[in-house]
Amino acid sequence: MSNFEELSKAVIAGQEQKVKELTQLSINEGVDPLSIINDGLIQGMNVVGQRFKVGDMFVPEVLMSARAMSAGVAMVKPLLLDGQMTSKGTVVIGTVKGDLHDIGKNLVGMMLESSGYQVIDMGVDTASEEFIAAVKENKAQVLGLSALLTTTMLSMKDTIEALKEEGIRNDVKVLIGGAPISQTFADEIGADGFAPDAASATELVGRLIG
Amino acid sequence: MDNLVFRDVCYTNLDEFVYGIAKKPVQCHNGMVIGGGTVYPEINFTLPPMLISEATMPKVKAQYKEMIEGVCSKAHELNVPGMLVEIELLPPCTFNPQWGIEVTKVVKEVMMEYEAKFNLKSVLRLTPVDIREGKNLKHMYHGEHWDNLMETFRGSAEAGADFLAIESVGGKNLHDDAVMNCDLPRALFSLGVVGTHDMVILWDNIVKIAQETNTLPSGDTACGFANTSMVLANKNFIPKVFAAVDRVMSAVRTLVAVERGAVGPDKDCGYEGVYLKAITGTPISMEGKSSACAHSSTVGNIAACLADCWSNESVENVRLLGGMAPTICLENLAYDCRLMNVATSHGKALEMRDMLAESDRQLDPQAYVLDPSVVLKLSQKIVKGQTPFERTKIAASATIEELREAHKTGALLLNDREVRYLDILKEQLNSVPDDEMEFTQAMIKTNTTDKFDPVKYDIA
Repeated sequence: MSNFEELSKAVIAGQEQKVKELTQLSINEGVDPLSIINDGLIQGMNVVGQRFKVGDMFVPEVLMSARAMSAGVAMVKPLLLDGQMTSKGTVVIGTVKGDLHDIGKNLVGMMLESSGYQVIDMGVDTASEEFIAAVKENKAQVLGLSALLTTTMLSMKDTIEALKEEGIRNDVKVLIGGAPISQTFADEIGADGFAPDAASATELVGRLIG
Repeated sequence: MDNLVFRDVCYTNLDEFVYGIAKKPVQCHNGMVIGGGTVYPEINFTLPPMLISEATMPKVKAQYKEMIEGVCSKAHELNVPGMLVEIELLPPCTFNPQWGIEVTKVVKEVMMEYEAKFNLKSVLRLTPVDIREGKNLKHMYHGEHWDNLMETFRGSAEAGADFLAIESVGGKNLHDDAVMNCDLPRALFSLGVVGTHDMVILWDNIVKIAQETNTLPSGDTACGFANTSMVLANKNFIPKVFAAVDRVMSAVRTLVAVERGAVGPDKDCGYEGVYLKAITGTPISMEGKSSACAHSSTVGNIAACLADCWSNESVENVRLLGGMAPTICLENLAYDCRLMNVATSHGKALEMRDMLAESDRQLDPQAYVLDPSVVLKLSQKIVKGQTPFERTKIAASATIEELREAHKTGALLLNDREVRYLDILKEQLNSVPDDEMEFTQAMIKTNTTDKFDPVKYDIA
């Protein structure tokens, strides 16, 4: 199992080439493909997530780690048996209607992808009906809504109401975030959670669909 | 259209480079002179949580009326020598130009009423939101987004705006990617090639509208660029040295507005405005501790060193213990300006400036690059570049060296992680070729069209 430790370390250091070499070595040795992913690659990303949360890593370093992990996963994926999952779940994210700000939302998407979730990014200025269509189409477990403006945050409530009208509110957890958003507001509009930053959002998604 | 080229800096004497006075002051229609010796407050406010739609427009206008009445009343009470009011329109009020025009009318009417009744001098800066982004954008310079933006400028100017401004976003998607990856070449491409290209076309059109409507084209800001870096750096998401380098690079992009005819005052949230003042002599608006209501920064005092207008960035209309937030912000700004102006009248402006600088300079590289002496030194290097690309590259290189030297001498405190990034950034910069065309082609090849579509910018 020492190979997994090396593999994790290479992911943490963002060494894409080394990750590829070590992954190939494990494949050649006949190691269980799912174990390479879960015990080596994702294990490394878990450490990255923790370090980022406490301010020990910058975003660009997290992204390098994520790219290294993805390179390893891409090599192992064809070897997985049918039905073996490589994604922790699907999350639809987007900035709500009338709002063009997206850097915070992009960070959340990046952190979620780095943590093994499939992310469907709807971009900015996204209407409720577009969110609903994406949730249905991708069978998403989580919907993440972002707003920076005081004049667009109320659109979040509209989207939650629309989910109810479509009869799918209980099928998807709704997570909200953005500068003017608070837990109180999340409670008021019936969201399942609020996250103040990208690292917290990833943790919250884990708890919501754990 | 103007095509001014600044081959030298406007200031060489540090003792002339101070808040309240600009070498090219702006004369307003009502007699106020920006950069003529007095620092004026610039108040900016926005709506509380509420939707903007046709149905809610009466309530929207009532909110703006309440805010401007509170602000004008307080300004009169405090005997401010004059003030700027900035309305940064929200997206629906630019997507629907008529709504933005109606907001302009409401605000201007109250300002004129206070001028007539109480001789309260004020000018209105109108800033439509740059809506040229999102998945429905077809082209940067024609189509619905462009037309609505231009119609909002023209309509607002005709409805009473004195100054026209924008926080333009050409190349922003590229830059967002650059920031998250600490990718200096990509930031350079965004700011020094795509952004400056966009600014030429955008500002030629804004200046034309200003000329036709007898308004003043004021300036732009790297809000969507260097301020994104600043906010992420302050959250410890990216290195602060990257944000500092990005800030100085962004000055070249913002400078294009003046090259095409903008006269100032430059926009408040463009902290790079200090470089603009050094190079062009135009007055600038700045924000620091006064804008903590909108966002945190590490430049609370030093940002005031060269300010000709002092702003709060933006505040929503909510009730605080002391009253409504916009009114409270105006009060804070008025007292800050009063102190700076009194220092000037006692011949103590330079001492005040130096104390403001010293209180922040050593603690953060983003503050260090706003120090007036550093600004002059780096500006002299920037203007040696023949093109925006060259200037932006010089800005990056000179800032990296300046920060490294300041760290060595103890003038700037940096931890080891930050110092390591100075090396990384230098290495990245060394990989950028001197040939702009070669660089552009390489960048286009390594970007996806969702981040940057050259066709939408008419860039081959």
